[in-house]
Amino acid sequence: MSSAEKVKDPEKEKRKIKSDKKMRDLMTAYYIEAKTPKEQTGKKIAWITSGGPVEPLHVMDIIPVYPENYGAMIGASKMGVELCEKAEAMGYSSDLCSYARADIACATVNGGPIGGLPEPDMLICCNNICGTVLKWYEVQARYYKVPLFILDTPICHTEYNPDMKRYVTTQIQEYISFLEKICGKSFDYDRMMEVGKLSVQGQKLWQEVLDTTMNRPAPMTCFDAFFHLAMIVTLRGTQTAVDFYESLLAEMKDRIAQGIGMLAEEKYRLVWDNLPVWYRLRWLSNKFAAHSACLVADTYTSGWCSSMKYLDENDFLGSLAEMYTRIFLNTGTDIMADNIVKMVEKYEADGVVFHSNRSCKPYSLGQYDIQRIIQEKVGIPTLMIEADMSDERNFSESQVETRIDAFIEMLK
Amino acid sequence: MITAGIDVGSISAKAAIIKDHELLGSCVILTGYNSRNAGRQVFDRILSELHLSESQIDKIIATGYGRNSIEFADKAVTEITCHAAGANFLNPEIRSIIDIGGQDSKAIVINDKGKVQDFSMNDKCAAGTGRFLEVMARALEVDLDAFGELSLQADNIASISSLCTVFAESEVISLIAKGEKRENIIAGIHASIGSRVMAMGKRIGITSPVMMTGGVAKNIGVVKALEEKFNTPIIVSTHAQVNGAIGAALIASTLS
Repeated sequence: MSSAEKVKDPEKEKRKIKSDKKMRDLMTAYYIEAKTPKEQTGKKIAWITSGGPVEPLHVMDIIPVYPENYGAMIGASKMGVELCEKAEAMGYSSDLCSYARADIACATVNGGPIGGLPEPDMLICCNNICGTVLKWYEVQARYYKVPLFILDTPICHTEYNPDMKRYVTTQIQEYISFLEKICGKSFDYDRMMEVGKLSVQGQKLWQEVLDTTMNRPAPMTCFDAFFHLAMIVTLRGTQTAVDFYESLLAEMKDRIAQGIGMLAEEKYRLVWDNLPVWYRLRWLSNKFAAHSACLVADTYTSGWCSSMKYLDENDFLGSLAEMYTRIFLNTGTDIMADNIVKMVEKYEADGVVFHSNRSCKPYSLGQYDIQRIIQEKVGIPTLMIEADMSDERNFSESQVETRIDAFIEMLK
Repeated sequence: MITAGIDVGSISAKAAIIKDHELLGSCVILTGYNSRNAGRQVFDRILSELHLSESQIDKIIATGYGRNSIEFADKAVTEITCHAAGANFLNPEIRSIIDIGGQDSKAIVINDKGKVQDFSMNDKCAAGTGRFLEVMARALEVDLDAFGELSLQADNIASISSLCTVFAESEVISLIAKGEKRENIIAGIHASIGSRVMAMGKRIGITSPVMMTGGVAKNIGVVKALEEKFNTPIIVSTHAQVNGAIGAALIASTLS
């Protein structure tokens, strides 16, 4: 390589988010601790669903590990197809979620990103994100021969009623008893208050980071949010997450002050719906950027603070049930549509891009209706892209390219 | 000002030349395996047919699946936008387009200026496209050009329920084995395309007058099936197959 090629493009360097490296380092440290032999850390490992109540685990000094976050890593590192095929050979249907297939297959092989997840001591499954997790976690509980706790959250199509509250709150108490029994120590309610406060603080900061894209030009895009999301998912309720998001927020505010946008030119502002297409993040990001289209917001990354309003910082445990039951994926189509309409208005978007995700049924089911509702309420163009979050076999480049190009031509 | 539109699709490549908002001519060739070559060839062919030289062409727009591989074009525009412009040129009353090409089908809603308002496309599957019809023609040992007329002679439309091209082919083969009349099977194939396209069109609110474009528009059986499903007459221009290329040439005339 000649010296000329090594010179970095100052334009690109200016737009790079400096906190990216810190984020990578923190996530590496997190996985190193999780993978350190238990005899050294003295900590148990719990596998937990992405929308599960993680805070009580931190209270008990249990390390939470997220198979879904791992599914994203598998997708991003393009190992999805191989692992999905392996799961299909084991007898799982190709219609099953690609995270579930990849995780189930990965448990049986020596490999995968970071050499596989640390083995669990327990599994915590909350069905507020989908129904697939129930069977997926049952399979893993049998495979690893570890106890499984299921938190059943009824779907809140429109409202949360006292019956639901009683039903879920009872289970939260059972959850704590379950943890006490496994750890052989009693639950520290004072510590719960502290962890709860950190969780609320982290969620507020994350929302503030996402809010910075209301600025024109947006200091980041949803592709950056997809990356920085990992912290609020995995380390919600810790000081680490709070500190990190404080510094990320400061960096975003600094970029706004300096007028640094993520795109060199921002002609169109778009909202993204559904999970990312992990194995095509860069391609999609470049594709939209080439059209000067900035994806300023998305329904996915804001999902981790979508029900923050139901949380009472001073009665964290008491309000936990409501917050986890009312996350947007556990609500009806009207509420989901309303959420996007509000985002379009808040971020002044010119269009909405829907990822019809073959894997994620609860997320993708109502999309055609939501598309229609948005067109009726705000009258802006929408685009539907068919793909899958981690199984590349469900992605057709020229099909997606034509749709995106035509959509942008329509916006002109 | 003379402009050209080159539409390189998965099965055929089309070219059209426009002079001062008038269509000078158009032509169609098979794409073959090299879309870049096909674009060049179809362009050379239309130039020689019209006795024009390349230097007389002011602007060129490429469209279709091979649009980004046409290096001599000034710009690439998607076939969705081009079909909208083309349909508006051929008939300004048109408000919706059904375009069925080699590997995909599209429903497009346009305004009075020929601008796209909304569109939907088939997903990755090839059912309900030109390629689907080619596979069926082979299974039935009938020339594809005869499909349209034959299907109009059906007395009892056979039912083809599978959405997958390969499975639909086995359905067709089993219908042949049962002794079902060819005419009825072909009508069934057209009806299945009609159902698929109807769902796509209804989703974006197709409104009359509707024009059908793309190579499959030459098949009267598919047009009739769509008219039945949408319950509206469907206008087919003699330029249906080259409509995308016409639109591309028109858009080229707006380039500065």
